[in-house]
Amino acid sequence: MKTFKLGGVHPAENKISENKAIEVLPIPKQVQIPLGQNLGAPSVPIVKKGDEVKTGQLIAKGEAFISSNIHSSVSGKVLKIDNVNDQSGYKRPAIVINVAGDEWEENIDRTDTLKKNITASKNEIIKKVHELGIVGLGGAAFPSHVKLMVPKGKKAEVLIINGVECEPYLTADHRVMLEKANELLVGTKILMKALGVNKALIGIENNKPDAIEHLSKLSKEYEGIEVHPLKVKYPQGGEKQLIKALTNREVPSGTLPIEVGCVVQNVGTALAVYEAVQKNKPLFERVVTITGKAIKNPSNFLVRIGTPISELIEACGGIPDKTSKIIGGGPMMGKSLVTPDAPIVKGSSGVLLFDEKESKRVEEKACIRCASCIKVCPMGLEPVLISQLTKLEMYEEAEKNNIMDCIECGSCQYTCPSGKPLLDYIRLGKFKVGQIIRNRGKN
Amino acid sequence: MNLLTVSGSPHVHGDNSVKKVMYGVVYALIPAMLISIYFFGFDAVRVLLISVAACLLFEWLIQKYLIKGPATINDGSALITGILLAFNVPSNLPIWIIIVGAFVAIGIAKMSFGGLGKNPFNPALVGRVFLLISFPVQMTSWPIAKPLFSSVVTDAITGPTPLGILKDGLRSGEKVSDIITQLPSYLQQLVGDMGGSLGEVSAIALLIGGLYLLIRKIITWQIPVAYLGSVIIFTGILWLVNPEQFVNPLFHLITGGLMLGVFFMATDMVSSPMSSKGQIIFGLGCGIITVVIRIWGAYPEGVSFAILIMNALTPLINNSFKPKRFGEVVKIDHK
Repeated sequence: MKTFKLGGVHPAENKISENKAIEVLPIPKQVQIPLGQNLGAPSVPIVKKGDEVKTGQLIAKGEAFISSNIHSSVSGKVLKIDNVNDQSGYKRPAIVINVAGDEWEENIDRTDTLKKNITASKNEIIKKVHELGIVGLGGAAFPSHVKLMVPKGKKAEVLIINGVECEPYLTADHRVMLEKANELLVGTKILMKALGVNKALIGIENNKPDAIEHLSKLSKEYEGIEVHPLKVKYPQGGEKQLIKALTNREVPSGTLPIEVGCVVQNVGTALAVYEAVQKNKPLFERVVTITGKAIKNPSNFLVRIGTPISELIEACGGIPDKTSKIIGGGPMMGKSLVTPDAPIVKGSSGVLLFDEKESKRVEEKACIRCASCIKVCPMGLEPVLISQLTKLEMYEEAEKNNIMDCIECGSCQYTCPSGKPLLDYIRLGKFKVGQIIRNRGKN
Repeated sequence: MNLLTVSGSPHVHGDNSVKKVMYGVVYALIPAMLISIYFFGFDAVRVLLISVAACLLFEWLIQKYLIKGPATINDGSALITGILLAFNVPSNLPIWIIIVGAFVAIGIAKMSFGGLGKNPFNPALVGRVFLLISFPVQMTSWPIAKPLFSSVVTDAITGPTPLGILKDGLRSGEKVSDIITQLPSYLQQLVGDMGGSLGEVSAIALLIGGLYLLIRKIITWQIPVAYLGSVIIFTGILWLVNPEQFVNPLFHLITGGLMLGVFFMATDMVSSPMSSKGQIIFGLGCGIITVVIRIWGAYPEGVSFAILIMNALTPLINNSFKPKRFGEVVKIDHK
């Protein structure tokens, strides 16, 4: 079975919510929609305090190239545009809306009928994806239209749909593949048309046999789409690892997937693209897994963007007594939250609750130079070396040892027998080296 | 609700720990330990206990009174050094010499560099080589193996190891085929029925331990394969050139400290290189130096020296042989 070759780990999968069908979460009384949801520049609000908005109405524009539009996820009145605690733990600007009813923009097709026939042209597709605020739903929230605009001199050859969901616990993508299979396959065809490619590969890890079977069966009706089961290995959902696993092409260090003719989109993104292009629906809701061993009822919810995470926890039976860590995302790459009131954003794939024991890191011991971190690094780096160089503030050396190649998957720290906080240092090092590189450009 | 814990990802940890790694090595040493007790009886137990106790004591004392850090003696590392040091000495070694060896191993080779993970050389080997140079007589008079429960009633008879017999014989002009007749059979050598240091005699027990380490993924194949491979090829070529002057590769494999060195000391993670390529270079270096010393050196055995010399080269190897990077096609211009 296919997989990437270099490094990787296999953490306990704990997909406890995988058999829970997607439920629609009731609309909360208030939403906080952050302006900086995507990778790149934050969006600029075009509504003001007191404005009445409808569900799906444009409320903030992405003006920079790598930026994205934001639409209201509810109908109601704008209470304020103010700083709120987002998932990063910082206070950042958000549009706060008090909910009244649920009145949608009229031009959104709210029916469930599958619209298979793609009438939009290549440029119309890219325009729709841009206008309706579609970003990558796998976690990084990279604006999708940017990926669809292939730079001059490069050529897209194959579209890769990421159904790997290699993060333990998370099952949102799994449910989408089971319950929205036709929609995401049409979405894939739309993306193929936008890129001008006639081949799409859907990669799914082998721990989701039902999704593999279901999509394999349905994909026969869609020309050019192949479903590939993959051996379970983290971080296979990383773009570069997935491309390697499916096509055996290696994206050169410091470049984007298009360098080897590939464009990667998440299954959730393919669904959002379908809804945008065929149903005219902006991205204002998404499927979110809420899980944890102590939670009464781990679930997969369809959630409006801006819903406080505490609402999701309540809907699962309330916060368990000994909860001491709330993670936005999965356990390997998610961020631990400062407050459960932080809002769900476009990039939120899950919420994970840990008790005291699970929240604790293991005790740090001396490094025994076992090289485990080197063996598991999917980028072929020396985590022990670059974290040490960062600790010693030897940033130029860290750069020479390719610290910027690190994808922050955390495999090194996960596997370190000495419990070293390797990724903490590497993240800091990447930040410092990034600064140095930018300053170098200025001189 | 409690205050929330906030920390960077990853939020989960695999179940590996220093303790698990170290005790894995200890378990792998058990077969060789049992064989040594079988062949050398109570003396083997005595040497093992004293060596382990002395190593633990020196580590505890230095950690507590000189380094003033948290106790580290239960992490298993000093225990391994104790066992390996015992494995590297004859079973009739006087107690005080063992204690001196333990002091050099733990006190000088390990703790003076800062303790676990900081030592450039394998501590047990430094201890052994120190003893070999300081007490050459006591360190090279090996008791003849005397199986437990056997009816042979002999007082401690000592003699040289097969490698020693070979070296002396060749020096005095004898042919390999003649010398071999004076030696234990290959089968005896394989199970460990011959003169030698405690833990090195049984190639088969060490091989079992080595396989256990490989299966548990505590060590990787690169160093053992490169080390054994280079010894086989190097001695094989010499043997093909002149079988009367150079003994066959099998003899080299199952005598002396080769198996112990290959699986338990060259693979010591602290003092060996980290990348796969580096580990292969390290193994090759160990193999070549071992053979050179065995055949042309003053000592009959070269495993300890070979590994220590390659330990010294480890930082250089780490710098020169980097792991294979993902997407390593574009040269990054640092200007």
